[in-house]
Amino acid sequence: MLHILNKSPLEKPALDTVVRLARSGALLLIEDAVYAATRGNSAEPKLREAMARLKVYALMPDLQARGMADRLIDGVATVDYEGFVDLVAEQPNCQSWL
Amino acid sequence: MMKKFMLVNRRAPYGSIYALESLEVVLITAAFEQDVSVVFLDDGVYQLKKGMQTKAIATKNFSPTYRALEDYDIDKLYVDADSLAARGLAAEDLVTEVKVVSSSELAELMEQQDVVLSF
Repeated sequence: MLHILNKSPLEKPALDTVVRLARSGALLLIEDAVYAATRGNSAEPKLREAMARLKVYALMPDLQARGMADRLIDGVATVDYEGFVDLVAEQPNCQSWL
Repeated sequence: MMKKFMLVNRRAPYGSIYALESLEVVLITAAFEQDVSVVFLDDGVYQLKKGMQTKAIATKNFSPTYRALEDYDIDKLYVDADSLAARGLAAEDLVTEVKVVSSSELAELMEQQDVVLSF
């Protein structure tokens, strides 16, 4: 399953719920959720937990817009909009954690 | 009559409209020659991050406006130290000069205000 997350980990508890309920597949961080994939963020341990089970991606245009593209945590891959579409197509189903 | 206004920004930019709306209100209060303090707290500190490139999300990058606030006599910009630290950021990562304040300094500032507006 592809899990899509768009909320900052320090504002909403969505990342906690994903870590609790997502078993396998991929996690794509978009919009304010990209902050979860940046070095020094206090939610980093939670993201590491997600990375143990899920392949984690962050949307590059959203990282760039926020000035955070050079702070990506090692092991997180980036995708552009085309890569976003590919992820949706590759995975059997997806869930948007709005 | 001049009043003490404080605008408290607690949201990241672009994910919602709050940051931009707050900036509009800052400029309005300046036009009425009020005593304005602008606070960046929680995810609001992200509004001041250097190096934003918004072309790919087709949205205007409004962060350079914070640098121009001084021209409107708005020079009381306060950033919460704990919020910066929780996000791996430091004062030199920000687009403009701010005063980084402790929780107790910020609490004291809030109590001094006539009007506090939250975004």
